[in-house]
Amino acid sequence: MLRFDLALQPLRALNSALHCLPPGQNDVHIEVLNPRGSHAVAVGIDKPVRVEVMGPVGYYCAGMNDGGTVIVRGSAGPGVAENMMSGTVVVEGDASQYAGATGRGGLLVIKGNAASRCGISMKGINIVVHGSIGHMSAFMGQSGHLVVLGDAGDALGDSIYEAKIFVRGRVKSLGADCIEKPMRAEHLETIADLLAKADVTGVRPEEFRRYGSARRLYNFDIDNADAY
Amino acid sequence: MTNPVSRTPPRKSATFDDYTLAEIRRAAATGIYDIRGGGAKRKLPHFDDLLFLGASISRYPLEGYRERCDTSVTLGTRFARKPITLKIPITIAGMSFGALSGRAKEALGRGATAAGTSTTTGDGGMTDEEREHSKLLVYQYLPSRYGMNPKDLRRADAIEIVVGQGAKPGGGGMLLGQKISDRVAAMRDLPKGIDQRSACRHPDWTGPDDLEIKILELREITDWEKPIYVKVGGARPYYDTALAVKAGADVVVVDGMQGGTAATQDVFIEHVGMPTLACIRLAVRALQDLGMHRTVQLIISGGIRSGADVAKALALGADAVSIGTAALVALGDNDPRWEDEYRKLGTTAGAYDDWHEGRDPAGITTQDPDLERRLDPVAAGRRLANYLKVMTLEAQTIARACGKSHLHNLEPEDLCALTMEAAAMTQIPLAGTNWYPGKCGP
Repeated sequence: MLRFDLALQPLRALNSALHCLPPGQNDVHIEVLNPRGSHAVAVGIDKPVRVEVMGPVGYYCAGMNDGGTVIVRGSAGPGVAENMMSGTVVVEGDASQYAGATGRGGLLVIKGNAASRCGISMKGINIVVHGSIGHMSAFMGQSGHLVVLGDAGDALGDSIYEAKIFVRGRVKSLGADCIEKPMRAEHLETIADLLAKADVTGVRPEEFRRYGSARRLYNFDIDNADAY
Repeated sequence: MTNPVSRTPPRKSATFDDYTLAEIRRAAATGIYDIRGGGAKRKLPHFDDLLFLGASISRYPLEGYRERCDTSVTLGTRFARKPITLKIPITIAGMSFGALSGRAKEALGRGATAAGTSTTTGDGGMTDEEREHSKLLVYQYLPSRYGMNPKDLRRADAIEIVVGQGAKPGGGGMLLGQKISDRVAAMRDLPKGIDQRSACRHPDWTGPDDLEIKILELREITDWEKPIYVKVGGARPYYDTALAVKAGADVVVVDGMQGGTAATQDVFIEHVGMPTLACIRLAVRALQDLGMHRTVQLIISGGIRSGADVAKALALGADAVSIGTAALVALGDNDPRWEDEYRKLGTTAGAYDDWHEGRDPAGITTQDPDLERRLDPVAAGRRLANYLKVMTLEAQTIARACGKSHLHNLEPEDLCALTMEAAAMTQIPLAGTNWYPGKCGP
């Protein structure tokens, strides 16, 4: 195991080491000590390494992750796993705003709550939040799945495209063009699969409700102008 | 019987002129605002309102075909480990695949590379064709993040964080359903045929403090190799430039309201933002106030058409300029050879701006395969290279006449202003005086 202590070493040393791993060295396990809210921790990973961050992180932890597994043993600041391509990111605490923003693939698990704009502009990422999410989550979500075991704040799925949202608790309000949709068998299978991957037990897919796009705003119509 | 001499002739309103009346009727009939491409068409104070003074007894010129006048510029010297050096201070502005055909993007790459300069991606991501044909390629990092991925980020030569655009400061992009082909839809991860509206602000940062952290992230991901530009629309150029510098930009790009767009509302293009001429001095002053002039490079865009415009922008303190609309014209946009087809579309060569409809007779702003084939990317690339070389020669001609051995040696003292407006905006003295509006004392 490699170990970086951000109280003693600069951030550059960690990220540089992650980017310089030789091809084929896929079983690397890196432990990051004393992150103390540092920004841009473990960003740009492009190999299937495992990184454990032993404490809270600031902005953009695991940003653009492509194949790595990043475990944050604390809470995460804004934009955790932003634009993730593939791999897994787990936040054991809460996540601030923009969690998983624009993510294109991979799995983001937040074991606490996520603040506003969780999954904003998501483009294929799967996000599972054990707790609740804040307002404007999945705003302009294009594809992927957002699974929320708790409640959702205002304007859920505003201006959503083809992303799929599953909420187990209460939804405070839906955003423009977002509606509740019937749950079909394939959706239950998707939820079950994501819950299993996110280490969620004791929760049944049937407890969730599905939300997605009404597709009324896909092409501009003056008579829909009041929807915005 | 009425005496015809006593009648006044019909008089049209200056306020409600023919164009205004037609627009009111069009709005009433369709229920939608006018959408178009390009930049502001109204008359604005511009580089034509400045003149060079040339050499005199106090300054001597350089020999036109004998003495060297350098044109190179290096961008990204502040923090990037790998700054980029251009042979000429004229770059190609960001224009997306989607808005433009693949062949047009290839032609831009070919022309820019032949002339020794860079081209820029756009909303929608990087195509293999433009990477292959652009020796130096700037990768735009936009609010929509369409097509954004770390592999393309790393294979770019520089990164441009787009905060705003001169044609629509505060507005997002627009690509209507007609141009969302299978390939464009796949790159943007959207259903085919929908109206694609890009976000007007970034999804994961707000304000200059966040931007500083975003820049840190991009630098860490690319191992501090790439120059990072921040592009802003010409709205508050002094503060935007200062904040971009504070956030850690290597290069600031300021785009005035004559800068073009693929498509947005006409009301936005014509009524939001500031003329390019008014932006330059404020951006330069921000850099000077921070002690960052020439350390952080400044690129100016929006209505650059000729070597004279280039020279004037540089004399006012820019390090380079960027062209979009002019580059498309060099490729063949709005060429009179397609006049018959422009007329079928209800327009005329030189006025065609319905770029969002995808029916461009010149095959540039389209995704229609039949129209696309009309553009030969090799020949169009050559035309662009020729045009860039002419602009460079023109700028050198002026610089030598002012006694400068490098385009960057041009200075405000080489200029005079023709109008009060231009004098006020640039603080260049009105021709024949040593005064500009706002100046106190002799």
